[in-house]
Formats: sequence, structure tokens, C-alpha cells
Amino acid sequence: MIKIEHLTKNYGSNCAVDDISFEIGAGETVGLLGPNGAGKSTTMNILTGYLSASAGRVSVDGIDIMNDPIGAKRLIGYLPEQPPVYQDMTVDEYLNFNYDLKGCTFDRKQHLAEICEVVRITDVRKRLIRNLSKGYKQRVGVAQALIGNPPVIIFDEPTVGLDPKQIIEIRNLIRTLGKNHTVVLSTHILQEVQAVCDRIIIINKGKIVADEKTENITRAVESNHRFNVKICGASRDVLNVIKNIPGVVFAELLPQKDGDANCYVIETENGLDIRKKLFFTLAERGYAMVGLEALGMSLEDIFISVVDKTEQAKSAQGSKYERGAAKKHVARTRTTLESDVADTLVKDAEKRREDAPDEPED
Amino acid sequence: MFAIYKKEMRSYFTNPIGYVFCGIFLAFSAILCCYTTILSKSYDTSAYFTLMIFALVILIPLLTMRLFSEEKKMRTEQLLLTAPVTLTGMVMGKFCAAFSLFFSCVAVSCINLIPLYVIAAAERGNMAYDTTYVGPATAEIIGCMIGMVFIGAAFIAIGTFISSFAENQLAAAITTMAVMVALTGIGIISNFINVYWIRVVISWISVVDRFENFSQGIFDISAIVYFVSLAFLFIFLTVRVYEKRRWS
Repeated sequence: MIKIEHLTKNYGSNCAVDDISFEIGAGETVGLLGPNGAGKSTTMNILTGYLSASAGRVSVDGIDIMNDPIGAKRLIGYLPEQPPVYQDMTVDEYLNFNYDLKGCTFDRKQHLAEICEVVRITDVRKRLIRNLSKGYKQRVGVAQALIGNPPVIIFDEPTVGLDPKQIIEIRNLIRTLGKNHTVVLSTHILQEVQAVCDRIIIINKGKIVADEKTENITRAVESNHRFNVKICGASRDVLNVIKNIPGVVFAELLPQKDGDANCYVIETENGLDIRKKLFFTLAERGYAMVGLEALGMSLEDIFISVVDKTEQAKSAQGSKYERGAAKKHVARTRTTLESDVADTLVKDAEKRREDAPDEPED
Repeated sequence: MFAIYKKEMRSYFTNPIGYVFCGIFLAFSAILCCYTTILSKSYDTSAYFTLMIFALVILIPLLTMRLFSEEKKMRTEQLLLTAPVTLTGMVMGKFCAAFSLFFSCVAVSCINLIPLYVIAAAERGNMAYDTTYVGPATAEIIGCMIGMVFIGAAFIAIGTFISSFAENQLAAAITTMAVMVALTGIGIISNFINVYWIRVVISWISVVDRFENFSQGIFDISAIVYFVSLAFLFIFLTVRVYEKRRWS
């Protein structure tokens, strides 16, 4: 449905979008994810014909946006970051204006009534947009994008500035729309893409750094082969015991303490549950386990690690930190995304250890 | 394009600006007409029309200042630029809205001249014999009206252009006013310059000098061409401003 090939956009000497290419199939709901200034909005603005690309091609349903902008724009409903509403119009006037602007041929009354029903603004149709709350303005903006029933709908940060209830409503709405439209939305809220998108494209500094199905990312998040364990006893011995348990590929001492217990982080091979074994082994040796917590990964971690990695790639190779041989073994069995996350976590641990004041070990 | 035209017309009358424009325009024209003709006991309307040109300098910016600068400020231009409308259509829609409001004001202001005809009719009735024609020169008035409409079109195009890159309404209005003052006032400067060719160039540019023929009852095609091409030039430039913004 949407095809972006080698898209580049320069603002003067500043490169906002740097040679990105992707394709979005009909009916897909895709989230563009990235920190502020990553190039999400620029990409969307080019996609909607608001800006022109410095290089590359964008086509919607086979229609090139440069060659036939009117034809391509007809297929797109766009909600920019700030809803483009006229403050001095009533909702009805605004929707009618958009209906005329898009040159729709549907039955006007019925079409507008349907849209108002979908985005739930029927009760404010007679009110001035100026007097509406942010949430309602946003919904009016969504309504505007839906007029003419375009096959492609593009939302630029649709939930910014809304309260939690409204956010949920908008997300539900997007999910509903996703059933029979191609939806592209940009956001920097990770739960949002996870909640509504089939596919996530992570952009940083104008480049695509990850393009994954949401379920793959979710799997990476949920796989709990990393544990935070609190064990009483001499840290060196305990560490030895843990490392000798089959399936454990990595274990190390964390600087935090809980009473007389030390904290450790343990990594296991994929799909192997060592918790019971860990408990019995420790009990045998007389080390009391006072806490066991599975460390799921948050999407934030993945996001940050992925974004970090692209930044790191630019710096010198030598600055990469070293990791144990065990890790290298695991890396092969994991998806790249997961190993990225793992890298970050360990790096964090190392950093914390360096920062923490030296404490005498037991 | 028609959607944008309709929207602009509506916004003139949901905002006070349309009423302010019409009110001031009609009041101004009535007062000027009264002073230059009835109160000075003259049927000569050329002074009235020349003064109206100067009034346009103040009035036209009211019409054009918010056309694009407001869209930019409210971030609504994104809506127009991503809608299936050509840039030319968008600019023309806005230009036509401002122009039709201006045109209707000019049309309504014709009633200012009715008293002249009434007075002339009364005077003719009192006269024992017809020696000379008494009353306003209708052809001259029509010529002046046409001239004023075309000057208005040119001014609106200039205002539209300035509004398209001004940051806010006030800046747009002041800049537009300055440009128009230059275009109209340049003729006065030429009186103080002795070099012949400079005077020729100035009178070529000056709007008032071009208008002079109309007020003498001459239908000056070259002046019409000048005003129309001025209007087209600035509409074209406005489209280019938007075209360029996409690329920068």
C-alpha cells in the first residue's frame, strides 16, 4: 500500500531522514517509533505530501506522491501532531469544510454522522472548536482524517496531551480503524505501539534501526531467562555454586544488598527454567535464598538499547566493552534484538558497579 | 478551491474583520464622496476616486493580513497542504474570497453617487433652458470604478503574497501597507525629481499616475494590463512561496 524507497530529507546541512526504505502492506497497522527529532514527523510529512523529499520515492497504492500529488493525497487521511482545527468554527462547520475540501461524493449527512459516531463527537457537533477540550479537539482531528473514508490513515503522535482514559479510547479507535484501513502512527510511547500495531519500525537519527513484528518484540520482552536473586552467604562461593548449575550462562554480583543477603543477576539459556534447581542446590549448600525475581525486559529497555546501539556503532570499535565468552555463546542462539537488550542490561550493571563506592565483600 | 473560498468568506463574517472592513470602507467612501462632491458643490468625482485609492492602502491589508499568516499560526496549513487541492487552487480560493468581499463593497459604495444624480436632476429641472449638461459624468464614474476594482485586485494579490511569508497578522498588515504606500506615493515623489527618465520610470510604476487616465474618463487598456499582471505576478509568487517551503 505504501512504498518508501531510499527516502532522504535534508534541512540545509541537517539530515532529518537518511535513506530509509520500507513497505507497508494493505491493512497493516504500523508504528513508527523513535525519540524526539528522530525523523518520524518528517517521514510522515513527506508521505502526506506536505514536504518534498530531497531524494527517494514515496508511493501510495502505486501512485507516486511527486507525480500525482492530488491522486495520492486522496488516498490519505492525515492527523498531524497538532490537530489542524479552525478555532472559530463549530465542529459541524469544520467537518463540512473538510468534506468539501476533500471533494467527497458520499451522502454528506450520513457520512458525517457516521464519523461523528465513530469518534464520539456527536454531542459536541454544534459547539465551537475553540471551547472544546484537548481530547475533543484531538478527536475532531481524527474525524477530519476519516472523512472520505481514505484507505490509508496516518496519525502523528495521536495521544499526546490526552488523559489516560482518552488515550485508551483513541487506541481502541485506532485498533478499530486498523481492521479495514492501513494505519501508520508515530509515537514515542512504547506501550502504545505494542497495544495497537502489528509491526514496529524504530527510527533514530533519520535511520531505521529496527523493523520487527510486534509479537517478536513482545517475545523478547517476556522471555524471562534473567533473574535477580538474593542469597545470603559469601559472595564468591555463592557465585561459584551458581555458575556450576547447568544452564546458567552468566552470573554476577550486584552492588545492592538486602540485609545480609547479596544480590546477583543470573542469566540462563533460552527456554530453560532453573529456578527449582537453583533453590535446591543453594539449600543443599546452606545458602539461604531470600528473594527470586524474574527480570522481564521492558519495551523501554529494548528501545533504548536499540537506539543506543546505533549511536554506539558510530563511535570507535575499541570503546565497546568486553563481555564473557559465555555471552558470545548465547548471542548466537538469540535474535539480535534480544542480545541488544542483554548488552544494555549488563552494561548498566557494570556501570553501577563502577559508580558504587567500594564495599568490603563478605 | 471552492471549499477554501467558502471557508474564507465564512471566516470574514465570523471574525469581526469582515464587518470592520465593510464598515470602514463604506463609511470612508461615504464621507469622501460627501466632502469631494456635495459639500464642495461639484459634480467632479475624480478627487473622490483618487482619495479612495489611498483609502485602499489602509483597508486592503485588513482583508489580506490573516489569509495565510493565521493558517500558519494555527498550524492549519498542514490540513490544506495535505488535502487533495492544488497550491494554485488554494491560493486562488483565498484571493477570490478577499476580492469578492472587496468587490461587493465597491458595488455597494455606488449608492454614494446617487445623491449626485438626484441633485443634478433637481438642478436641471430648475433650469429654464439646456445649455450644457449638468451632472456627474457617468462614463468617467464607470471608468473609475473599473480602475478601482483592478487596483484592488492588484493590492489584494500583493497582500496575499506578503501574508504567505509573514510571521503574524500585524507584520503582514504593516508590510502590505508599506508596499502599497510606496506604490501609490511614488508618484508624489516624482514631482520633486528633475531627471526626465526617472520620472518616466516612476510614473510607469506609480498606481496613482496609472489611475489618472480613468479619472479623466479614458479607458486605459495598458493600465488594466498593468494591474492584472501585477495581480497574476503576486498570486504566482504566493504559489511559489508554498512550493519552495515544501522543498526547504
